[in-house]
Amino acid sequence: MSAAAGQFHLPDGLPRPVPSPDGLDAPYWEGTLAHELRVQRCGPCGTWQWGPEWICHRCHSRDRTFQAVAPTGIVYSWTRVWHPAHPAVTHAVPYIVLVVELPQADGVRVVGNLMPGADGPLAETAAVPIGSPVSAVFEDHPASEALGAPPFTLVHWRL
Amino acid sequence: MGLRTLRGTVAVAGAGESTYYKRGRSPDPEFVMCCDSIINACTDAGLDPREIDGFSAYADERSDPTRLAAALGVNGLRYANMVFGGGGAMGSAAVANAAMAIATGMAETVVVYRSLAQGQFRRFGAGAQTPTISGPAALTAPYGLTSAAQQFALRVMRLFHERGVSPSTQKALALASYHHAQQNPRAVMYGRPLGPDDYDNSRWIAEPFHLFDCCMENDCAAAIVLVSAERAKDLRHAPRPCYLLGAAAGNGFREGTTVHNGEPYASAGFTTLVPRLYEMTGVTPSDIDVVQGYVNFTGGVVMGLVEHGLCSYDDVNEACTFENLIAPSGRMPFNTSGGNLAECYVHGLELQLEAVRQVWGESCNQVPEAKVSLVFSGPMVAPTSDCIYGSEETL
Repeated sequence: MSAAAGQFHLPDGLPRPVPSPDGLDAPYWEGTLAHELRVQRCGPCGTWQWGPEWICHRCHSRDRTFQAVAPTGIVYSWTRVWHPAHPAVTHAVPYIVLVVELPQADGVRVVGNLMPGADGPLAETAAVPIGSPVSAVFEDHPASEALGAPPFTLVHWRL
Repeated sequence: MGLRTLRGTVAVAGAGESTYYKRGRSPDPEFVMCCDSIINACTDAGLDPREIDGFSAYADERSDPTRLAAALGVNGLRYANMVFGGGGAMGSAAVANAAMAIATGMAETVVVYRSLAQGQFRRFGAGAQTPTISGPAALTAPYGLTSAAQQFALRVMRLFHERGVSPSTQKALALASYHHAQQNPRAVMYGRPLGPDDYDNSRWIAEPFHLFDCCMENDCAAAIVLVSAERAKDLRHAPRPCYLLGAAAGNGFREGTTVHNGEPYASAGFTTLVPRLYEMTGVTPSDIDVVQGYVNFTGGVVMGLVEHGLCSYDDVNEACTFENLIAPSGRMPFNTSGGNLAECYVHGLELQLEAVRQVWGESCNQVPEAKVSLVFSGPMVAPTSDCIYGSEETL
């Protein structure tokens, strides 16, 4: 079941995202497969919101859209994970998780990993500069026959 | 219509706990520890456990009130309540719900309790382990963001950036917790002191959290028994009663939004609760003699201290020091039984017991003449809750 080592930024075996059975977040996951970053925006009033909700928190409209936005953002916060809480990452620590702010979507925030930059990975003692611009890197994962789960795409980030 | 308040209407009649164990070390099932803690609390109160007629719980408690009532031979069950959401953050809300039942005549003798044997059930620190995941967690767990420590590290890193808070504040909270536990024979870390070098040399879990910034995982149970202020005059703690002065629970506008979108982000979640807490209790921060705060991770407690007005972001690095946090000499004695880091992780219920014991004058690290005793439950969580106890003089 494991993919070839090094194929993905973090090893196979972490919880695998599956669209919600109720369909709430399906357009987001369809977007990532197409290498689009989509977040929710209300049709009538234009309010952005994330994570996904069934109605607009401002005007209560059910006319929500998942709007593709530029795949860029700003580092809002970060952590470097050293303790492998999940067995899949036992040999993958440390790794960096980012909260990324999307100014083009009224500052809603998404979560992803920091990928090595053109100069290689950040030094293990270096802080990630909060406020730095980052751009998205789409990482495609194939379907899993063993789990009966569809393909998915993760959205990572690069300084 | 009279003033709508809990202030002074309810007293804590008794406090008790099971033996506290490291995770996986309890010879007794979780439910048995729960019964032990309730019986011990009743013994402390001078009450027959059969007189209990209400149970107030939180955090998806497994020890069911109907089963407890049957096991304890309770004469009649009138009230069984559990709070939605928040995990350990709703410990103070469970106290409030018990007090509300008594104040409104729905019950007379209500136990607030928590039993949590992580060695027998799921380890909190292990986080999401399922092969597939849906919903909000599907937007975080696939990036290796699976545990509570990792999730909360992101908030505290932002706090350090926004507010110039020094990591020394986290270290001080950990050292003070362990210091107090050395005087507490109940504490899991009793006889296991933690020095500054031990803290500095401990491994990272998720930056900015070292190992000793993270709560323990234990097998344990604890309980307090609440009765009306009038009834408390006939019970064992009557010479020095401990009253609930008030409580607050909940969260502000969309603070519970998912995927790290809650605002304010670098917050313990008390900004909308604290004005309500101080209004009901009539207390100001300078009245508070001793503080029990829920350490899920130390950085959140720094936020909690500031949000309760005990210090500000201008002086938190000077206020949140080991010397200031220890009893009896510090100006802001904190987690005087050791709390989640060093006494036991009873999902924060041990903090209620210790806050009450300070007012009774029965703490293992007694703050001289403690009259006003604050508890704030889990920080960085929506919803969360807090409460304040007071002595007779505060009414």
